Formats: sequence, C-alpha cells, structure tokens
Amino acid sequence: MGLPDAPGDLSSEVDVDAFRRLFPLRFYERHLTESIRPDGRPLGRARDTTIALGAVASAEGSALAKIGSTTMLAAIKMEVMTPSMDSPDEGCIAIDFHMPPICSPIVRPGRPAEIAPVVSKQLSDTISSSGMINLKELSLVSGKAAWMAYLDIYCLDADGALFDAALLSAVAAFSHLQIPAVSLNDDGKIVVVSEENGGKLEKDAVNKERMKLTLKSIPFSLTCVLHKNYILADPTAEEESIMETVVTVVLDSSSQLVSLYKPGGPVLAYTSAIQDCVALTRQRMKELQKILDEANSGMEVD
Amino acid sequence: MEIDRLDGRKANQLRPLACSRNILNRAHGSASWTQGDTKVLVAVYGPKAGTKKNENPEKACIEVIWKPKSGQIGKLEREYEMIVKRTLQSICILNINPNTTTSVIVQVINDDGALLPCAINAACAALVDAGIPLKHLAVAICCCLADSGYIILDPTKLEEQSMKAYAYLVFPNSILSVRPEGSLKVQGEPREHGVITSGTQGAMSVDDYLNCLERGRAATAKMSTVLRRNLQPQIASELSKAG
Repeated sequence: MGLPDAPGDLSSEVDVDAFRRLFPLRFYERHLTESIRPDGRPLGRARDTTIALGAVASAEGSALAKIGSTTMLAAIKMEVMTPSMDSPDEGCIAIDFHMPPICSPIVRPGRPAEIAPVVSKQLSDTISSSGMINLKELSLVSGKAAWMAYLDIYCLDADGALFDAALLSAVAAFSHLQIPAVSLNDDGKIVVVSEENGGKLEKDAVNKERMKLTLKSIPFSLTCVLHKNYILADPTAEEESIMETVVTVVLDSSSQLVSLYKPGGPVLAYTSAIQDCVALTRQRMKELQKILDEANSGMEVD
Repeated sequence: MEIDRLDGRKANQLRPLACSRNILNRAHGSASWTQGDTKVLVAVYGPKAGTKKNENPEKACIEVIWKPKSGQIGKLEREYEMIVKRTLQSICILNINPNTTTSVIVQVINDDGALLPCAINAACAALVDAGIPLKHLAVAICCCLADSGYIILDPTKLEEQSMKAYAYLVFPNSILSVRPEGSLKVQGEPREHGVITSGTQGAMSVDDYLNCLERGRAATAKMSTVLRRNLQPQIASELSKAG
C-alpha cells in the first residue's frame, strides 16, 4: 500500500517477512496468482467459524461467535416498556455495537472507533430489513406493555469481516433468547415471574412460561475483498487494509438479498463480480446455517 | 404494470436536476445540488497540510463532515459520512497531494428522498469546483422497488418509505473518447458500468437488484451528460480568463 512496488527481483534477495512488510500488495499478488492466500486458504474459503450459545449467564440470550480470530460477544437484555402510540402492539429492538480498545491496535482508549456506529447502523438495518423478528411477538399487552430488547455486541478481537461476525453473533443470540415469564400484578404493572413463586401468580400471567422467538428468514452475510479480478472471501484485517475494496452481501434463508453493501473502494464491481459474490454468499449461508443449527441442538441436549 | 406516482412522473423519470457551483465565497470549492425538493450544499476546504491519525500520510486524505438539516448527528449520519468519504476516495487521485487533508462539508438543506445520492453528486461537483484532481466523476442514483417488482427511479421521501426496498448506486461517469471504439472495456463491460458504491434497504431478490443496476446505469449515463454540460462551460470561461 505504502511504498511503490519495487521490481520483482528483490523478492529473491530479502527475507519473506521483510518482503511482506515492505511490499504488502506485491506479497499478496504473488499468492493470488497461485490461487492461495498467505494463511493457506483458497480464495473463496471463509475461516473456521464457531458459535457458543449462552456465554453471558446474566443476559436473557447471548452468544459468542468466532470467525477465525475475529470474536464477537452478543448479549440481549429484555426490559418491559410502554410501546409507542404509532405501533401499540409491537416491541422494540435497540442494537449497539461496541469496539473497546482491546479489540484492535487502531482503536485508542477514550476515542470511539469510527467504524463502530457504522456497523451498528448496518446491523439494525439488516435485522429490520430481513424481517427475521416479528416485533408483534414482543408485545405483552397491546398499547400498555411490550418488550424492549437491548442487543449489545462487543468486539473482542477485530481481525476483519467485523460485520459478518457481528451479525452471526446477533442472530445466534436471538436464537438463544428466552423471553422471561411475566405477569400482571394488582397495580396493573408487569412483574417478572421468578422461578420460585411462579405458580402463585399464574392466573394473571401474561405469558405463562419462558418462550422463544420464532425466527423466520435468518440473514447470513459474507464479506469479500475485490482486487483486480480476484475475489477473496472473508478477509482478515490485514487483507482489508491492503486491498481496500470490500463488498458485503447479506442473504436470508429464503434467498432474498437483504443487503448489498459496497462503500466505495478503488475497484469497480461489475455484474459478474457481484454475481460471484452472491454465489459465494449462498455457499457460506449453508455452512453458517449448519453451524447455527448444531449450536442450537447442542443447547437442547443440555 | 405502470405505477402511478404521486407527482405524476413516469417510473424512469428523474426530478428536475439543478447544480450551481462556486456559491460560497470563503470555501475553496462549493456546489449545491438539487433533485426536486432534495437540496444539498457542499463546501470543500483544502488540501490542507497534514493528515489525521490512523490515515496513511503517503496519500491525500479526505474527511467528510455531515451536517443534518436539524438536530445532532447520529449513527445514520456517521454511516453517510463513511460512505461519502470512501466514495470520494475512490474517485480522487490520492497520490498527487500526499500528507494533506481535504475537508468536505455536506450541509443538508432539505431532504425529500434520495438524500445520499444527492449528497454524493453535490460533493463531486464541489470537488471539481475546488480543483481537486479526480480520476473521473461519480454519478449517484436511488432506485426504489415496489412490491410487484416494479422499479422507479429517484424516489421522493414518501415513495422511499412506502416501497418494499430501495438501493442507492454510484457509477463512474461515461467517458468521452476520441477512440472509435468508445469507452474502455473491463471484463467485457464498459467501465462506467462498474459499481463504485452500493447500499440497499429492505429485502429484494437478486434479480431485482440486477434490474436496479441496469436501470441505474441507464439513468446515470444521462445524468453524467447533464453534469458534464454543467461543469464544462465554466471551466472554459475560467481558462479564457486565466489565459
């Protein structure tokens, strides 16, 4: 990125690590011509992905998602609120994405990361566009009480493809979410039924038992980096900083395009490249769906 | 399958475009861009010496400051800032003025739909006015998708809210070439068909998105001739003054 690319002869004389630091773009291009990436992945393959549900015991739903070393911790807190006049029988979701200084060397304490509000906005747009959550399910008493779901996502390690990992952790946290049982007390207020005295208030119970949300059309995303004619799926932070053109495709389980996000970048995306990115996302969606199902079935066994 | 639009426009019809440049006295470059009732004013200051932290000092740096019509800036405005910044970075020649910062201040005067495309068009005209070296111009358009899969261009705020989905797209402008074969081709497609920036809201099928791309390309080709016509005479008169 920085220095102009030197003639190729130099590569045989200097150490590999030195070459990588001095001429990062050339270093990558040499790999790309061999259809391989420095970490040993083929171009279209994403990094190993894991989901651990229930990572935060105090939250109603939580998940820890890892894509390679990019790590996201998502947790949902539920609170009862009065719904707005415009939509009296709908709940609400508030999404916040945090990048504390531990996640990356470019985030400094006291100064919020520039990208954090952008990812946060993208996440709430994607989750509302996909229609994954029926907000009516979050309603308790029409016009009086509804659930407010506070979804907070913490980035613990930012090594590229932040949005993918954040969305995956958010989706996993929603699939793990158990809405607590609540009942109406004598004052007409909603109280959370605790495990012990659950039976006593049962006749006023608004929703009698802890329930799960039904998630329809779950969105899954894949970020790709474009460089010349190459498409690199699931880039690391190093790849994102060297080859600056990033395309994020979000598809939902019914194969609808929820978002195609390309914020600028020196490489132009032609129709063929867009179609290739969508095809890669389709493949990735199957992988992610499987990983999520496995994580969920693992929870049921416990 | 025709959809009646409230303002009586046809599906492919844009609102009247207006662009005026050099309207602010103190700014190094300025432009206002109007699409119907949406109006954005952009001022460019720079290049000023030095780059901000975390920016590459070996390249020119662009900072974008988004000023909403009212209220404080929130996540939406931050996202707009980032998108406009990355879009402008991709059209500027960043190697010419290394270790400098160019500030682009976007003031929303009125928002009646297609705000971000309007801001990108305005910023592009302001950069030309400021004489910042550019590779090519960027032309932005907003495509709106109705439930029936019908596409309308340049929606108003009301249309944006009532439709199923919309996409904003930025393309390079078409190039006037003396070569007989016309513009440069990349991967069998003319260069101006490449997408610089894309963003969507709402779910749509992949084919609908590709349709949007096609409509957007056709419309931006016309818009780029408007933009070019708007920029050229002033440049010629400035040159004659200088000469």
